[in-house]
Amino acid sequence: MTSTPKIELSGVTKSFGNKTILRGFDLSINKGESLVIIGGSGSGKSVTLKCILGLLDIDEGSIKVDGKEAAHLKRGALDAHQSKFGMLFQGSALFDSLPVWRNVAFKIIQSPHMSTKEAKEHAIETLASVGLTADIGDLYPAELSGGMQKRVALARAIASKPEIIFFDEPTTGLDPIMADVINELIVKSVREVGATTMSITHDMASARKIADRIAMLYEGRIIWHGRKEEIDNSGNPYVDQFIHGRAEGPIKMQVRKA
Amino acid sequence: MNPLAIIGRALLDFLAIVGRLTRFLTRSVKMCFLPPFYPRQILRQFIDIGYFSLPVVGLTTLFTGMVLALQSHTGFSRFDAESAIPTVVVLSITRELGPVMAGLMVAGRIGASIAAELGTMRVTEQIDALSTLSTNPFKYLVAPRLIAGTLMLPLLVLVGDIIGVFGGFLVCVYDLQFNAANYISQTWEYLEISDVTSGLWKAAVFGFIIALMGAYQGFNSRGGAQGVGTATTNAVVSASILILVTNYLLTGLFFAGR
Repeated sequence: MTSTPKIELSGVTKSFGNKTILRGFDLSINKGESLVIIGGSGSGKSVTLKCILGLLDIDEGSIKVDGKEAAHLKRGALDAHQSKFGMLFQGSALFDSLPVWRNVAFKIIQSPHMSTKEAKEHAIETLASVGLTADIGDLYPAELSGGMQKRVALARAIASKPEIIFFDEPTTGLDPIMADVINELIVKSVREVGATTMSITHDMASARKIADRIAMLYEGRIIWHGRKEEIDNSGNPYVDQFIHGRAEGPIKMQVRKA
Repeated sequence: MNPLAIIGRALLDFLAIVGRLTRFLTRSVKMCFLPPFYPRQILRQFIDIGYFSLPVVGLTTLFTGMVLALQSHTGFSRFDAESAIPTVVVLSITRELGPVMAGLMVAGRIGASIAAELGTMRVTEQIDALSTLSTNPFKYLVAPRLIAGTLMLPLLVLVGDIIGVFGGFLVCVYDLQFNAANYISQTWEYLEISDVTSGLWKAAVFGFIIALMGAYQGFNSRGGAQGVGTATTNAVVSASILILVTNYLLTGLFFAGR
């Protein structure tokens, strides 16, 4: 591989107080690739995303985006860094004081070249691309079901056509049918905007659907990664235990929250 | 445990809190003066903090003025000094009771609501979502509240002063058979501009403290519903105590300047 990876992490460590979450995290994602990180609860998946976004500061190691160092940025550079990303949060994290269309248009409406009317039109187009009608735009997030909120959150994440999109447990808390709808939408909308994506999940059906490559996180390190077709023959007892959801095996479940 | 260690630990914890608060304060104040500004957010806070607090502040100062007239009548009638009552009422209200009572009531009303709103936004990841949508949470959430708190509380107190003096007037004229015209002229006689303005300066400082403590506690809340509850309590308690302490310091300052 000669091209620079879109995102490259090497030797990243992060601890809170005396509790170490990431201990030497290495990973690289190529442009346009969809990587899914699997791992049990409390294995540091969410922390990884927040470190790359610059919401948390790492202790050691390096995070490069487009070959440029992205750890320990100052305010101005951090704003520029964060503007490359879109993120779908686990609980959707929609702004409940704003109607749906203002949520979706939140980022683009701040551009000086965009009038409120154009922004609203764009928001309604984006809502249509995730299968929602224009009248949903005037409702408030609290009036929608969980699955609908997820769709709105997805629309908000892709509305500004970011280069990189993060999905934090996109199917958690949804019924299997709605989960599959969301997976389909993720695959379709990502292809449309041509983004590089990184998802974290413990839902194997979702991982198989949206991933090009799968990496498994255990105790703050990547213990296995490979193409998604290879996961059933990984030869790694940790991966086997996880994908078959067995209580018995080498993985010891963490009781305390990360 | 070693008693020295307990003292040392408490001192270190206290210093850590002061440090965090100072960092939060400088960052937020800087954001009040740097573009982009969010006029919609600022206007919303003006209405929330200013307009909707009027009834609470009005009722509080009205009854404070009334009870002040009754109590000073009890005292002053013992040595035939009833004519001093209008002066006592207007000076106490404008210099002390107006700003302090309004400050404490608004701390309960607004400090709590800021902490609860921002705390909920923190635990539902809405504050993280702002960062991924190219919006600085300090600018979008904290700065409008600080601006509105600092500018609105003096206005509220000015209205409260007038209502409080009117409360004293009501009691004296309708209950204690004072002459209305005399009461009003005596109210003006010894009142100086600086009596009112010193109270308004206090109010501006109190408004800033209320918004700052609400935002700080909300921003740093952790761990779901209980965390938000704790943040709300802390916001009201710390704002109230800081109001009482700074009131003493400011009063000292204003007296020293004369």
